[in-house]
Amino acid sequence: MKAFLVRRLISTLAAAFALSMLIFLLIRLVPGDAVTMWIGQEGTMTPEVRQTLRKMFGLTDPLPVQYLHWLGDVMRGDLGYSFRSRLPVSLLMGRALPITVELAVLAMVLSVVVAVPLGILSAVRRNTPTDVVARVLGLLGLSVPSFWLAVLMILVSASYFRWLPSLFYVGLFKNPVENLKQMLMPVASLALPLMAVVMRMTRSTMLETLNQDYVRTARAKGVTERLMLWRHALKNALIPIITVVGIQLGRLLGGAVIVEQIFGLPGIGTTLIASIAERDYPMVQGTILMMGLLFIGVQFLVDLCYGYIDPRIRYG
Amino acid sequence: MKPTPSRAAGLGRLARRNLVGVCGIAVVVALITIAVFAQRLSPFDPNAQVGRRLSPPDSQHVLGLDQLGRDVLSRLIFGARVALLVSMVSIGLSLLAGVGLGLAAGYYGGVADNLIMRVMDLMFTLPSFVLAVALAGLLGPSLTNVIIAIALVTTPTIARITRAPVLAARETEYVASARAAGAGDARIMLRHVLPNIVAPIIVQATVSVADAILIEAGLSFLGLGVQSPLTSWGNMLGTGRNFMELANGLSIFPGAAIMLAVLGFNFAGDGLRDVLDPRLRGV
Repeated sequence: MKAFLVRRLISTLAAAFALSMLIFLLIRLVPGDAVTMWIGQEGTMTPEVRQTLRKMFGLTDPLPVQYLHWLGDVMRGDLGYSFRSRLPVSLLMGRALPITVELAVLAMVLSVVVAVPLGILSAVRRNTPTDVVARVLGLLGLSVPSFWLAVLMILVSASYFRWLPSLFYVGLFKNPVENLKQMLMPVASLALPLMAVVMRMTRSTMLETLNQDYVRTARAKGVTERLMLWRHALKNALIPIITVVGIQLGRLLGGAVIVEQIFGLPGIGTTLIASIAERDYPMVQGTILMMGLLFIGVQFLVDLCYGYIDPRIRYG
Repeated sequence: MKPTPSRAAGLGRLARRNLVGVCGIAVVVALITIAVFAQRLSPFDPNAQVGRRLSPPDSQHVLGLDQLGRDVLSRLIFGARVALLVSMVSIGLSLLAGVGLGLAAGYYGGVADNLIMRVMDLMFTLPSFVLAVALAGLLGPSLTNVIIAIALVTTPTIARITRAPVLAARETEYVASARAAGAGDARIMLRHVLPNIVAPIIVQATVSVADAILIEAGLSFLGLGVQSPLTSWGNMLGTGRNFMELANGLSIFPGAAIMLAVLGFNFAGDGLRDVLDPRLRGV
């Protein structure tokens, strides 16, 4: 397990390094350099002042040197200052990140908890009405945009239940009940499409697993059907299920960008969109970095799950 | 011992799954028809105020009017044009780039392979929608920039899908014999290797069009996509949802259009996979 951990850790660090290069390059797509962005209009300073400032900020250095400087700052946790609020970007990220993490984790957990049993049910009762309904819902969920689900949920909730989540964010530790109430719809709108995918995958791998010899052996030796399903079959079907959750993670985080915005949750996604609108480039840089690190971090956790569940991967 | 499913059951399953494919292709054909004949099909000018703002659906305006008194049905019809234009052009570009890079990486191997695939890997460190938001946001919202953003974020997947079978094809006899006959690298790649690996690329491209439609809708929803006077479903939904107590259709119809289009291309991709790749049949 130790060697496996080290291997995964190294490739995760390599991915984080790649991410930092991508973000560095992205920010340089913007026309004009940091000095112009910072001061504002191009015409408000003389070329000499501009040149001095450029030198001061290290913008006259070759790109690789600039990159290493920037990377050094990032590693020390210095992401620069927001153009707008003049606060450190890392401070603002520290406020936004937990919200997005909570949203993503709840959505993942909810979808797995609901979809895996449904998928098993669908596989066991193959070709019954339950199965057909589950499969049609699965196909629909593959194509429904989470932001439309979010809008529909607000619409239905407002017109039939006369209830809407508060638009003022309440922290999880400040008021857990209020916070979870507020998270209900955003989490559901992100979880439903994921649920559909997980359910489809559970159904097809369970169908395959139920045909295996060891399942027949377990049945023959008198293991109860329930124990056989949960202990013997599910454990072997878990690998493809985890894979699919890992693959869908990107879609989940992408969806979170819009869904946060719709529900007024001040997470990374909302911050990203606001900073783009305000041309606040240090913030744009910081938010994309956080999104990427979250993405890579959860993929790392998914890899660890593989190793935990399947010894063949651990020692492979 | 694994009980082998009977041939009849296998065929039945194929037909059932192809029913899905047939539905998908029907939706795609319908969408293309609507997009091409938008001018003739739409009852009103999509940008003209043709009645009282936020009017509910009636016999003349089947889906009602939006917050500026424009006919929703006509706007949806013209939205199909934008959705298809953006998704197809961007996937066309990403096919050119992705297939080219994938062929080169797989065929030459070694340093070229490493270099190309590592650059592609860079883009897999961010969720594709987040990367698209960053690109479109930094480049500034416009039709061209949306297309560039989508083409860039979908290229790595196409390159990966292309590269893997090229690696295998490189070692085959037909490539060796083509080389013995004096064919150059470009000729071998395009005339001999590509036709043999085209099936998974077509399937991926179809599914990627679905992704592209979703990304375009998402960007336009956020105001980072296609700008007025062009009509985009994402934009209609993004602005229409602010009027949901007054006219809930503005929150329902554009989203349904997005879902239908995405569903169509996903189903079509599923069906094509069954037809083009017999090895996956009955899975």
